[in-house]
Parts: sequence; C-alpha cells; structure tokens
Amino acid sequence: MYVAVKGGEKAIRNAHDLLAKRRRGDTQHAEVTVPQIEQQLSFAVDRVMTEGSVYDRELAALAIKQSAGDLVEAIFLLRAYRTTLSRFYTSEPLDTANMRVDRRISATYKDLPGGQVLGSTFDYTHRLLDFKLLAEGEVEGVEVSGVGTAQLSSDEISLSEPVPHVMDLLEQENLIVTETDQQKTPSDITQDPPTYPSNRSARLQSLVRGDEGFLLALGYSTQRGYGRNHPFAGEIRIGEVDVSILPDELGFAVDIGTIEISECEMVNGFTRQSDGEVRFTRGYGLGFGQSERKTMSMALLDRALQADDYDEERSSPAQQEEFVLSHCDNVEAAGFVSHLKLPHYVDFQSELELLRRLRKESQSNDCEGEV
Amino acid sequence: MSDQTVHASKVRDGYNFAYLDEQTKRMIRRALLKAVAIPGYQVPFGGREMPMPYGWGTGGMQVTAAVIGEQDVLKVIDQGADDTTNAVSIRAFFTDLTGVETTEKTEEASIIQTRHRIPEKPLKEDQILIYQVPIPDPLRFIEPSEVETRKMHALEDYGVMHIKLYEDIAQYGHISTAYAYPVLVNNRYVMDPSPIPKFDNPKMDRSPALQLFGAGREKRIYAVPPYTDVKSLDFDDYPFEVQTWEEHCVICGSSNSFLDEVILDDQGHRSFICSDTDYCRGRVESQAESPVASNSDRGVDK
Repeated sequence: MYVAVKGGEKAIRNAHDLLAKRRRGDTQHAEVTVPQIEQQLSFAVDRVMTEGSVYDRELAALAIKQSAGDLVEAIFLLRAYRTTLSRFYTSEPLDTANMRVDRRISATYKDLPGGQVLGSTFDYTHRLLDFKLLAEGEVEGVEVSGVGTAQLSSDEISLSEPVPHVMDLLEQENLIVTETDQQKTPSDITQDPPTYPSNRSARLQSLVRGDEGFLLALGYSTQRGYGRNHPFAGEIRIGEVDVSILPDELGFAVDIGTIEISECEMVNGFTRQSDGEVRFTRGYGLGFGQSERKTMSMALLDRALQADDYDEERSSPAQQEEFVLSHCDNVEAAGFVSHLKLPHYVDFQSELELLRRLRKESQSNDCEGEV
Repeated sequence: MSDQTVHASKVRDGYNFAYLDEQTKRMIRRALLKAVAIPGYQVPFGGREMPMPYGWGTGGMQVTAAVIGEQDVLKVIDQGADDTTNAVSIRAFFTDLTGVETTEKTEEASIIQTRHRIPEKPLKEDQILIYQVPIPDPLRFIEPSEVETRKMHALEDYGVMHIKLYEDIAQYGHISTAYAYPVLVNNRYVMDPSPIPKFDNPKMDRSPALQLFGAGREKRIYAVPPYTDVKSLDFDDYPFEVQTWEEHCVICGSSNSFLDEVILDDQGHRSFICSDTDYCRGRVESQAESPVASNSDRGVDK
C-alpha cells in the first residue's frame, strides 16, 4: 500500500518527460522556433512581458514556447527568472508625449492635434475565420511592406512629431484634476511587502502586473453599475518611447534603449473639488507592447480605486483596494489555487476524525433519548 | 557539527548558494530576527518569486534558503512523509542549489522544512523547524481585511476568536477546528500554527527547537523561539484536546502517533498508517532488533 506514495521521485521525472513530449507534439511537424513566436504571436509576447514585468521579447517568447502556450505559466516562468536579476538603476520617468506613435485614438474628440491614427488593430475587423491562413507558406494579399499609416484625418501628419496628450488639453482649461508628481521615490512592489492603504505608485505597479482577465472583469463590473465612474477613453496611444537612466557619476541622463508601450488615459465623471470647482477625474493604464485591453481595464480600476480621494462610498468590489490588489496577481492566484492538488491527507484526516466523532455523539445522544 | 561532516557538493551553475542572492537573504534574516524577538508577531518581508508556485511552500523555502549553510543537514516532509511528491521536489531543489546533505531521519537533521506536520520524535535544541504557511493570519477567516486584523493584533483584540470557538461549541458540542488550530504565543499574540493537525499543537509548547514560519504569497514571517509558551486556545469547561484513534498503525503498531487513513478497496475496507514515515520506520527497525515487542495489534479495520 505504500508503493503509491513511495514512487514520488520517479513519477515526477516521468511526468516531466511526458510534458516535454506533449510540448513538442507530433514530430512530423516542424518545431516552432522562439523567433517565430516573438514575431508572429506578438500579443501573447506583450502580455507575458507586461504581467511577467520584464521587457524582453526573446525571453517572453521562450517562456511561451516552454509553457506550450499556457500564458499564465509563461508569466510565472518570466517572473521567477526576473527575481534573480540584479537591479542597476531606476529609469527616469518615461516621456510618453514624445512617443513615436503607431496608434493613437481618442474617443472624446473627433479631431485633435496629432490626429487619430488607427495603426494595427483588431477593431473594425469582422471576426470571420480566415481560412486562407490555413494554407502553408506566404499568402497572397498580405502586404508586408509599404502599408499606409491608417490615419483617419485627410491631411498626412508626421508621426515623428511629438503628439500632445489629450489630458494636457483638458488640464490647460482646468477641466480635469491634474496628476502631480509627489517627488517621492516610487514604491517597488517586487522588493517591499504590500501595505494597505497603498500609495498610488504601488497600486499602479500591482495593476500593471495584475491578471488581464481579472482586471478586465472588474473594469467591466464598474461599467455595469458596480462602482460606476462614467469613463471616456480620453486617449489610447501605442508606440515606442525612449528609456533613460541617470547614472550618479555622470549627472546627466543617458538613453539606454527604446521600448514599445501602450498607454490609456480615461476621462471619468466629474466631482466637486476642495477648491469648490467641478472637474473631471481620471484613471491611468500602462502596459508593455500592444496591450490595449489590459491598459483600458487598468485605467478603469485605477479610477475606481480612487474612491477615497473623492469621498465616494466604496460599495463595490472594484473599489476595494485590498480586495483588488491582493487578488489580481495571477502568479500568486494560480499558485494558491493549484496547491489544492498537493496532498492534504493530514488535514482531511483531522476533519474526518472530528466528523465521525460528532456523528457518533449525536447517534448515542439519540439512543439515550429513546431509553 | 562533527569533524566528519561532508562539505556541500557543487551548486548548480549560474546560481547563488540556496538560489536567493545574498542581499535578499540578508533582508529575510532581518525579518527573522524581528520575528524571533517578538514571538508570534507576523513580520512583513519582501517575499520573492521562487521557481515553484505560490502555495507550494515558497515561504518555507525562502526561510530555509536564508538560514541554510553548507554544514546543514536538511530534512523535508509533507504530510509527515519524506516521500510525498512536493517534499521530494523541494528536497531536490535544495540538493541542486546548495549541495547540502539531506536525511530522512528526524534526529539527524539540523533543518527540517515541513508542511502540515511536526515530527513525532521530540526535537532538540540545535534543530530548526521551518513551516510552510498558506494563510498566516489566524483572524483572516473572521476578518478578511489586513488593515483590520493588524489593528486587532496590535490591540490584542482577540474576542472574536473566542466567540468563533464558542459558536462551534454551541452548534456542534465541540470546537470544530481540527487543524490550523489557533494558539496564543508567549501570552501575547494569537498565531496560526500553519495547517498542522491540532494533534501537533502541544509539540510547539516550550519546544527546545527554533520554529520559523514562512508565508511566501502573503509575504509574512513569524517565529516561536525555543522554550516559548504556546497555548492552544480553549475554555475552562471545554479544555483543548487532541485527536485520538481507536485503531493502530498497521505497519508499526503505534497507537499514539497521528494516523493517516488508507482506503483499501471499494467495500469500505481501510487501514491506518503513521503519517510520520520516519517515526514509523524507526519503530519497525527497533522492533526487528528486539522482537519482544508485540505486533498483535496489527489488523485491518472495517
């Protein structure tokens, strides 16, 4: 009877071999390469980088290959790698006004400085399966070079010019609350344990790493009345920004590279401010690569979690900071849910013993009652 | 440590001894020192992602990684057994990344990482018992908010815990907590002993060994220093009591260890075996040496 429990070591080894076999699949098909994943499954790569919190397309693609496409597992792989890395610097704040935009849309203004640029998007595609993609090799009709910029306005606008933020335009008119730099070193949730109530930087970091599905569902819940905050997609922009650091010994900032990011700024319902004026409020979302759904959800939640700032009643799940932040991390959540697969013989035996004792006592009590 | 101690063999290439970088180990050790100084108090620490999932012992592993040295002898158990899959996996991890000697014998280990059990054999002064903890706060199931429970601990506001236990008695005639049974440490903090069966709670009281608790996902560390009072919560008229079995272990015949139930067939036949495999094997070995011991207790129970 002990055999079933004893074979642990060998069983684990065999399970890992079986997993490797499943990952490889039928060997009559070519093995998928990491560059193929990086290039052709870019949305998966972007999600893994965002929630894995490492900007490295190759490692994210490797994680996706290793996890056989299980993105939550891939995120976990990348996180576990990330913790072993040394930290050299905290970068200077990203200047998203100087983003080289590939996509930039606003749902609040028909036309605006910088224009509306659709870029690459699933929006307005008809979700019809394209059976042409079933064919192997290059497909005719897919232009790989010389594609236009997909601008909505008739005048071609140079995309290399800085594109002002929609929020800046509203701020100039004093119509929206301003985001102010608190001049404090931001928290680092990867180094410090969470404390509640948390500050904005810790909250935004948690949300960036948070599970896209969880954020999406909670963001959606605010739209359906559980903590409504009247959102407008003020602006969504996707493109490349420079990353710079300020080495102590140099005294000036040095660009170390560029990264592709998505940024979403929501304009939310107005409230009366402490100065007596009425202004719009706002929510902010950011992610690596093209992660539009994620950044929109994040912006909705960022606003919902500002309930206390505006003396709003926290009546819905999306407004409860502890609830949202302590459950949004899918590496934590997936780990704890999956640990139910581990043996719980001892705890279960304890419950069994108790249950049997309670039943026995109630039975003997019944007998006494009859006598 | 004796002179004959085998020095740790090679650590896997590209990784620091015991996986974590030294800076992180130092951070964890600082948290451990604070935890030892305030018995039963949950110290927040900057828990790291480990290459195993949260909930699978990352807290215990981080504590072990922070305290383990080349001369240590490590024992890892899950459900009391050395050969359960996750214990095997964690032991393999530390063998790979520290090269330290491992053992299944409780008395030989200098560090024991455990999930859900305390070994049956009493621990000694030079041993460290490291518990894997899923939910560190005993008040969590009564009050889900961390903001609130921290206040309750600070104010020693533990009335709700006693109310919960009282309601159990009112409803079932017994306190219905069979594992993770709350304890009062050093007469100050109410502490979750991790999901060990309440059978093991008395072993914590005034134990000569250092007991460390790591909750990785919740990023908390706490401790019970050697010879600290650990009292299981109860009432004068409903004193704390541990589980008992009418059956004996079918392997070693033990009648005073924690027994696991094994289902033998679909007819309801079952038998009971020691959950602590090292204890069970030790008893079988000593019985072989002195065959006087009776095995007549063995049997299958329906």
